[in-house]
Amino acid sequence: MLANLSHPLRKTLTLVLRYIGATIVAMIIIGPLLIAFFGGFKESGELLNSPFTLPKAWIMDNYHYVLTLGSFWQQLINSAFVMVGTVILSTFSASLASFVFARMHFKGRDTLFNVFMIGLMFPILVAILPLYILMRQLGILNSLIGIILVESAFQLSQMILILRGFFRSIPRELEDATYIDGGTPFTFFWRVLMPLSRPALAANAALAMVFSWNMLFLPLLVLNDEEFYTLPLGTMQFFGQYTANWSRLMAFIVIAMLPAVIFYLLAERHIISGLTGGAVKG
Amino acid sequence: MFLLPAAVLFFTFVIFPIIQAAYLSLYKWNGLGPLDNFIEFRNFANLFGDKVFGQVLLHNGLIIVLSITIQLPIALGLALLVGRKLPGRAVFRTIFFLPYIISEAITAVLWSFIFNPRFAASDMIDLVLGFLPFYKPGPWLGDPHKVMLAIFLVLTWKYFGLHMILYIAGLQGIPTEIEEASRIDGANNLQTLWFVTIPMLSRTIFTSVYLSVLGSIQQFDLVWLMTEGGPVNASEVLTTYMYRHGFVSFKLGYGSTVAVVLFVICLVFSLIYQSTFMRQDYAGLAE
Repeated sequence: MLANLSHPLRKTLTLVLRYIGATIVAMIIIGPLLIAFFGGFKESGELLNSPFTLPKAWIMDNYHYVLTLGSFWQQLINSAFVMVGTVILSTFSASLASFVFARMHFKGRDTLFNVFMIGLMFPILVAILPLYILMRQLGILNSLIGIILVESAFQLSQMILILRGFFRSIPRELEDATYIDGGTPFTFFWRVLMPLSRPALAANAALAMVFSWNMLFLPLLVLNDEEFYTLPLGTMQFFGQYTANWSRLMAFIVIAMLPAVIFYLLAERHIISGLTGGAVKG
Repeated sequence: MFLLPAAVLFFTFVIFPIIQAAYLSLYKWNGLGPLDNFIEFRNFANLFGDKVFGQVLLHNGLIIVLSITIQLPIALGLALLVGRKLPGRAVFRTIFFLPYIISEAITAVLWSFIFNPRFAASDMIDLVLGFLPFYKPGPWLGDPHKVMLAIFLVLTWKYFGLHMILYIAGLQGIPTEIEEASRIDGANNLQTLWFVTIPMLSRTIFTSVYLSVLGSIQQFDLVWLMTEGGPVNASEVLTTYMYRHGFVSFKLGYGSTVAVVLFVICLVFSLIYQSTFMRQDYAGLAE
């Protein structure tokens, strides 16, 4: 049928069909989020009976309750602390290591590099039981610092893979020039390599932030005191407490997802270049 | 010396625990007291003798098969839909990828609500799918026959965006001239897609399948939060099985055995897959 139509008409028609298709998928993606957003303004009964409509009356109670909840803000701060700590520690140690792997020559370098790459093949989960014991021995159980250390360690493989590739693409001449000017390898690393690698570092950091921000498993095992809870853990706890009060739950998850959504809208380019760069080159 | 921070972190918190897990898997231990009950490979024997473990492998296998046959083609289709030459595609791409950055905890709460049988939202699903002859209305997460499907739906909602952006990146690397040339040679759109575009995307597809399989083996958060592996083990997967035995019942030896099996599965799969389908990439790693 399409074949009989004239060419420009056919083109327009396929374009329209593509828009319709894309819009339907977009609605499936956004739908649950909108149900949650409007649900937070509804009475629980209304949310249960007519989840797909706009609220009859916009009730602020639930959002107000969550926003004035001390534990929510505490969890937000904890999550932010862990995230910043993880990004700084992992970026710093991964870039130093990538510098060595990309620029220096010594025996066993490639073997060591491959050992680091083992980390790409399995998640924290596999190591979690001994990690728990190890952290208990080191006395970093039930502490945010412990979480930062472990999360950073598990970020290294991927970061080193991406950064090594990037560092290699930086011309050799720049390094020689640094040394002629009397600089040390560290001068080169800090003054030349790092500033030039800003796009790769940003992509890595963005990925590490998403990873750390959403991490549930590790805090679930390691943290006992509620004062240390991170946001995903707090979400889980809130879920357990308010199973009967769905509109309050919806208000909670809407507010809890806001920081990530805002970050995503600002840093989408970096997140996507990190994921595709790592996977396509990897 | 520059290597020191990374090496200390990595060997302490990644390599050492893996070795430790292999060691613990030979013991019966509750995590407290001395580690003196050496039982050789009896944990492994118990694990492979456990009927639930067979189900667990089946469930993981099911997620992998469904992901490769349904989720990835959808992602590819959407990448083709919004990847090129569609004005406003950036907006669609942003929306499609959005669920990927929302935490598993939030996703689980959201979908638990949608699947909850008491609410109109799930009636809607019944309404939409009701015309299917084999569809049975009723609860999703509470029905042993439907629970894995429900989990798969959520996994698709959350993760297809990752694969879609991989495909979009791959498509951008294909010069449009090649596809145009095949059209000039008389191939229709479908033939062009099948014989030109998809083969040229093969590297991206291999990567995407690889990530999808590893992701399916490693999924924990969503399953645990939505069903805790229930009802009656109907959605138990490797990771929840490990968590249940290792931490809920505090059998650290047995839990470590599951971890070792999980690790070996990931490792063997990675090595075989990479040397078969991603030869260049793997060689790239070792160069």
